[in-house]
Amino acid sequence: MLPTPSTSHVSFDNVYEPAEDSFLLLDALSAPSETAFLQHRFPAATASSGAATPAPLVVEVGTGSGVVLAFVTAHAKTIFGHTNVLTLATDVNRFACEAAQRTVQTAIKDVCDSDTQTPTTSAAPASSAAFLSPVLSDLTSAIRPGEIDMLIFNPPYVPTEELPILPSTHSIDTSAGSNQGVSSHSIFERDSYLLSLSYAGGADGMETTDRLLEQIPTILHPERGVAYLLLCAQNRPEDVKARIRAWGNGWAAETVATSGKTAGWERLQIVRIWRP
Amino acid sequence: MKVLTVNFLTCAVKTCKTSPEAFPLHFRDAELAQQDLEFNPEFIKNMLLRLDWNAFRVTTSELGFSTIPAEKPEGDALNDETLLRDLHKVLLETQVMEGKLVCGHCAHEYAIKEGIANFLLPNHLV
Repeated sequence: MLPTPSTSHVSFDNVYEPAEDSFLLLDALSAPSETAFLQHRFPAATASSGAATPAPLVVEVGTGSGVVLAFVTAHAKTIFGHTNVLTLATDVNRFACEAAQRTVQTAIKDVCDSDTQTPTTSAAPASSAAFLSPVLSDLTSAIRPGEIDMLIFNPPYVPTEELPILPSTHSIDTSAGSNQGVSSHSIFERDSYLLSLSYAGGADGMETTDRLLEQIPTILHPERGVAYLLLCAQNRPEDVKARIRAWGNGWAAETVATSGKTAGWERLQIVRIWRP
Repeated sequence: MKVLTVNFLTCAVKTCKTSPEAFPLHFRDAELAQQDLEFNPEFIKNMLLRLDWNAFRVTTSELGFSTIPAEKPEGDALNDETLLRDLHKVLLETQVMEGKLVCGHCAHEYAIKEGIANFLLPNHLV
């Protein structure tokens, strides 16, 4: 089993703490069936000529602590069979972007240290992909259409009466934590709001996921693109998959991992969305 | 953010998505930092295959890198280690820590703070 990236530096007052859903994604993406799929789809070189192939761009939307993207980045060699991979994270929460940056960098360094058995100061990417940056943005709004080869989304999937309003350019004062003039009450309000963005999914827990699904056909690379989406039972995953297949153009959606350990309403699954 | 990142970004304003002027976004007042990373020529070759070279040329000239050739290296040029090392330095080791990214279509400015670009839009543009 590949080690889970450390998130001990993250403040879970305002960033989603890795939980069963995050770990299901780690298990799914490192399972032999999924690494075989990814290694076939994103080979380091073409089988016939041995020529280089385009390095895949992996984007995690709503990265939170960054634990999933850090795992994929640090263990690229195991997951893709090579390290010619680029990774990028997005989140609407600036604290999450900052946390993810550190989680990914720490994971790269940890893997590098265990590879060489001697601590190094430079983050040499011997087993790891190249991490580009976190980007503070709504879903994939800042990413050029057709560029994403692999998209990962652990959405706000809990059904709630209302969907929290998305933050705008300057609506969140991230400096408030060290600001003497700000009351602990307003910091608590802000942090509760930021956490709600990570789980509150509106009707059927699907309002944000539906917006992402709308973007998938244009945001993914037309041939290579694949998306991994986490759903809970209340999201009606069978309906979601049927809707994706109804897009036509060869779009497929299959469940590639489930979490059967907890019965009840939060039973989880990972759906792979791609054109075979 | 690594300089390479901007090769995959565009303006977050919906009406700019189809405009050729919205890509690449333009760096303004960029403060750069260097991070040493192990040189991996295979990585650079694979990465070049997906790089938009014209956009990359625009970006590098704005940031003051002058050694980037006009044409994307192919064939024998990919054995030129000096060139690959130059590309490694610009694309992977160079980080933009502070500054702005500006859309060439709507002129909206996205602030970069501590290496993180803010693409959240003001309410009137959402």
